[in-house]
Parts: sequence; C-alpha cells; structure tokens
Amino acid sequence: MTDQLSRVFAALADPTRRDLVARLTEADATVNDLAAPYDVSLQAISKHLKVLEEAGLVSRSREAQRRPVHLEAEVFDLMTKWIERYRRQAEERFSRLDAVLASMDGAADASTTRTPMEGTAS
Amino acid sequence: MTTTQNPDTRYTEAAIEADPRVPAVHIWRDFAGTPAQLMRAHTDPELFKQWVGPDSLTTRIDQWDCRTLGSYRYVAERDGEEYAFRGTFPFVGDDKIVQTFTWEGMPDAIALETMTFEDLGDGRTRLHAFSLCDSFEGRDGMLSSGMEVGIHEGYAKLDGLLSDGGLADGTA
Repeated sequence: MTDQLSRVFAALADPTRRDLVARLTEADATVNDLAAPYDVSLQAISKHLKVLEEAGLVSRSREAQRRPVHLEAEVFDLMTKWIERYRRQAEERFSRLDAVLASMDGAADASTTRTPMEGTAS
Repeated sequence: MTTTQNPDTRYTEAAIEADPRVPAVHIWRDFAGTPAQLMRAHTDPELFKQWVGPDSLTTRIDQWDCRTLGSYRYVAERDGEEYAFRGTFPFVGDDKIVQTFTWEGMPDAIALETMTFEDLGDGRTRLHAFSLCDSFEGRDGMLSSGMEVGIHEGYAKLDGLLSDGGLADGTA
C-alpha cells in the first residue's frame, strides 16, 4: 500500500503528468487526444502515461486501436484523502498554536516591535 | 497536494507537500506573531504542551531541554493508553529548530525535523516545517496513517477547547 503511495507521489511530481491527470478527470481520452495540446512527441506523452499507469493512477483498455486512457479515481481519491487528513491534523495543531500565540505578551499588538524587556528604544 | 511557492502566497491554513525526491513532508503555515514568539511557543514546555497534542489526549512532558544538543521526551495519554515521543535537538537558534523525532513504539525510525520561522514583516511569521523520514515507506506510512496518535477521533471537540479561553493561562 505504501509502495503504491510512493509511486503515486512520484508520478504526480511532474507538472505534465499532473496536467494529464487533471484532463482525465473530465473524460477518458486517447494518447493522441492527450498529446495534442503539448509541444512534445507522442512518445514523450506515452512515457508519462506509463508512469501514471504503473502508479495505478490510470489504466488503458486493451482495445488495440483506440486504447483510451482511464483515470482510476479511487486511487487518486485515497491519496488525496490521506494527505488531506494529515494536513487537517497539522491545521488543528496550528489552530491551537494560534490561540497560544494570542495569549502571549505583545501578541495583541502586531505593530509592537520592541518589548519592554529589550529596554532601549530606538 | 501541490503548493506553488509563490512569494505572494499566504498560508492562512496549513499547506502540505510530499517531496517527490526525498522521503520528506513540507508544511507551511502563517501565524500572527513574531518569530521570537513562535520560538517561545516551541521551546517553552509549558506553552508547547498546550498546543502540540490532539485534544483527545493529555500531553505530559517528561523531559525538556530545548537547547542545541538538548533532548526531550513527552507522553500523550488517554484512558490509560500512552504514546511516548522523544528526540534530540541538534540545533536551536533564534529562528530555527532542528530536532529528531521518534515514536517510542518504533524507536529506530527517526525523523529529522527542521522548523524555520520567517518574519513576513507585517507582524506575521511563516512556519516552514521540513520532516525528513528514514525511508519513503516511513514517510508514506506517516502520511497515510496520520501518525500513531490522534488517528482515532475527537477533533470535533477541538473548537470548544479553542474557544473556551483556557489557553489564556499561558500568558507569562
């Protein structure tokens, strides 16, 4: 499971692949369709798709001619959920930190640049 | 999951990014406060324990020496269940803390955390936490399980605790 997650992260680290995934959220598409907007070879797009396929993010049907690429939404959702839960936990911790900061001396006045303890006024 | 490192970006909520090249996680968050205040909230154990753990758990600090070459240990507890975390502080500066972090249930899986506090110049400070795990499996395990502590439940209680003003006691 975590191996797959690693592959998913690695696959999505590339902007072109992220873009391909974004477009596949709308509908299945052929390699030709997918390659059309880019200024790169069909081969390069095929290579990107292979990385996405190995990560389990997309699948390709066996129809020899068309072979539309299909986004495996569940894998994508799972990863997004994991990350989002982790992010939310961090945010909850930071919300508590907000409250602690607000309770500290001088926090109420953000424009205060000198605390009394530092003594000398500049 | 992707965060654009645009200089105009404001992280009013935590932003997270899993690094594709190394087994690490980045987190960014902006706070109302100075870097010195952020440092204090991280280095003073009385302040730190008020915000670090999930509210469903009580944090007890066993040992705390937040100085360069110091170490720490704290225990999160709920209904007799305890989760202990410990580590060392290889570096503690004016606006930067480097610490190791491990859950005692897996004491040899040690993460290296670097926290920097960047003064945004408008009374706000940006926290950047960079957590480097010992393997991609460890990193992804951390992300997918949400750590050992706090995965169960209980975050609904959070708002109540935040708004009840109990944290105001921390004023020095």
